[in-house]
Amino acid sequence: MDIYNFTTLTHNIHTGLAQSFAPWLATTIEWVIVGVAYLLFVALFGLFLVYAERKVCAAFQQRLGPMRVGKWGLLQTIADFIKLLMKELIMPRKADWFLYNLAPFIVIIASFLAIAALPFAPGLQSMDFDIGVFYLTAVSSVGVIGILLAGWSSNNKYSLIGAMRSGAQILSYELSVSLSLLTMVVFAGTMQFSAIVEGQRDAWFIFSGHIPAIIAFVVFLIAGTAETNRGPFDLAEAESELVAGFHTEYSGIKFAMFFLAEYINLFIISAVAATVFLGGWMPLHFGNLESFNHVMDFIPPVIWFFGKVLFVIFVIMWFKWTFPRLRVDQILTLEWKYLLPINLVNILLMALVVLTKFHF
Amino acid sequence: MSEIREVIIKTDKLATDKYQVNMGPQHPSTHGVLRLLVTLEGEKVLNVQPHSGYIHSGIEKMCEAISYPQIIHLTDRMDYLSAHMNNEAVALCVENALQVEVPDRVKYIRTIMDELARLASHQLWWCVFGMDLGALTTFFYGLRDREHILDIFEETCGARMTVSYSTPGGLMFDIHPNFQKRVKDFIKYFRTKLPEYDKLLSGNVILRERTEGIGHLSYKDAIDFGVTGPSGRASGFSCDVRKHNPYSAYPFVKFNEILDHRCDTLARYEVRILEMYESLNIIEQLIDNIPEGDYAVKMKGVLKLPEGEFYQRVETARGEFGVFIVSDGKKNPYRVKFRSPGFSNLFALNNMTKGHKIADLVAIMSTLDLIIPDIDR
Repeated sequence: MDIYNFTTLTHNIHTGLAQSFAPWLATTIEWVIVGVAYLLFVALFGLFLVYAERKVCAAFQQRLGPMRVGKWGLLQTIADFIKLLMKELIMPRKADWFLYNLAPFIVIIASFLAIAALPFAPGLQSMDFDIGVFYLTAVSSVGVIGILLAGWSSNNKYSLIGAMRSGAQILSYELSVSLSLLTMVVFAGTMQFSAIVEGQRDAWFIFSGHIPAIIAFVVFLIAGTAETNRGPFDLAEAESELVAGFHTEYSGIKFAMFFLAEYINLFIISAVAATVFLGGWMPLHFGNLESFNHVMDFIPPVIWFFGKVLFVIFVIMWFKWTFPRLRVDQILTLEWKYLLPINLVNILLMALVVLTKFHF
Repeated sequence: MSEIREVIIKTDKLATDKYQVNMGPQHPSTHGVLRLLVTLEGEKVLNVQPHSGYIHSGIEKMCEAISYPQIIHLTDRMDYLSAHMNNEAVALCVENALQVEVPDRVKYIRTIMDELARLASHQLWWCVFGMDLGALTTFFYGLRDREHILDIFEETCGARMTVSYSTPGGLMFDIHPNFQKRVKDFIKYFRTKLPEYDKLLSGNVILRERTEGIGHLSYKDAIDFGVTGPSGRASGFSCDVRKHNPYSAYPFVKFNEILDHRCDTLARYEVRILEMYESLNIIEQLIDNIPEGDYAVKMKGVLKLPEGEFYQRVETARGEFGVFIVSDGKKNPYRVKFRSPGFSNLFALNNMTKGHKIADLVAIMSTLDLIIPDIDR
């Protein structure tokens, strides 16, 4: 549906600005608009995710979750955030001042960089270039540097153990994430996110790519959960073992940054899963069912996108609140002995599927 | 920089070093103020040195200054999850010393309360074990069911945890008229909920991977360290006081002593789960047959034990709990010594954790089911 296309809107804004201002000023204003939009989105969606997590976890644990602040506790996360803003920043005495303060920024900058490549709806994407998938895997792995720095500079052994665990874990699972995405790149024939979404107009990749796509999806979900340091792979901040792992010594707004980054990463992993496997903002289409497809088209792409993202997020939260945590050697065994070989075979399988055109 | 390079050249690989971490006294997994001085090499645990005494409250010394019925109230505060068993141990010890025979009604009620307390304790252990392994949902499942038992305690004893219900000569007061009905309701309810524990945690592949073959405590070591209770029985050490030295109504009931010969963390886990079923069986046998009669024997106003030494042991949720009283014939004891299961169990920790990872240390410690006031007293 063309009325849901944002291309005209963004184009109009661009031409309007270009006509009224000097070219350099127009570009700057555009940057500011995009930057503010992302900041707002991240802050609001982060708050929403914290609230959602608490409610989902409460549902699994037979509780109500936050109920006191605002209707159904809707304002709880905002209140918590204000509390975090006002808290005193405490730094351990022998901490490395520069690295200690730098770490949360690296973590959050990596998340922001990654979010920029995601297509939210037709035309609603700030960076659409031909190596989108490659770019995303590259920048999302910058975050681990922040985690390592945080653990190293805190002058706390628990933090250091957490950071080392996190380093080993993220570097290993990076492989699986990239390889499962690569499987889908082989299938889609492009690394550009918008083209990948466009390729799923008739059928989402998870349906059209059948067996190898489903394997890749499952591997991606597991590896993605590990990448975001969430349970059952939350070794880096294993509460019962390492107090709070790499962010033990952070307080106030710096802690909030790690906290927010965790939720943005959750969003990114879910959004990539939704985009690459579940058709991104594409509505659900079934072959020749014209009327059904037509009805589906009436639902705006933004809603499709966020619906899928929230579904994946829910599944990942489900993992977290059900499973016990793995041990550090088991987590590496899982990656190097199981996921990686499965992935390599899966790529081969996908290549065969593409070559023999044995797909829908 | 040049120094580091030298080391690298000398050893031909990256130099590594042992380091020590203080786990506790403020640490989420020690469930209290226990301090473990852990020597690590990377993630590997080389040595664990427990330092207890952070909440030492001098209960044994205080006992010397107070009368026998008053000691009951202090025993609540030691192993607060097995409060009733602790009360009973002192009560039985004093009764034996005075050669008082309590009515059957008292024995039955004491045994039922024992088993309820054991259930509540094992439920809480299960919650916390899940949480230590990172499965946070178990906590709420366990507490949901434990609440029912605490409500029963509250109705009959007036307190939810520190019950102070058994006293030398019988019970503080008779059971509440609702007691039998509520206990029966609870058994019916919990029989449907206990399988949920298995569904949520026991069958989980991650839990199996985390616990199988971890924290081996051999039969010999269990006896050498004096590890009793479910932890000892998981090493094949038949140490159930209820079976070997029955007290109260235990001679009247049929139950199995759960033994496991696998000696690992999973065995300790499963022994406790199976013990919950056994506790339900014991209560079921007793609850309908509570005899009529007095709830206490008329005792003297001031209890004076004859001169001598008296010992009584009972089975708490954590193992063998012993009370040793030395009396010089006065109204307060000359010396009291408590043999607490937690203390002996804790010191087997080093032996069990050597060579395992930090995460295993937490899991092993959790299956020992330590209660810190029980260790420190």
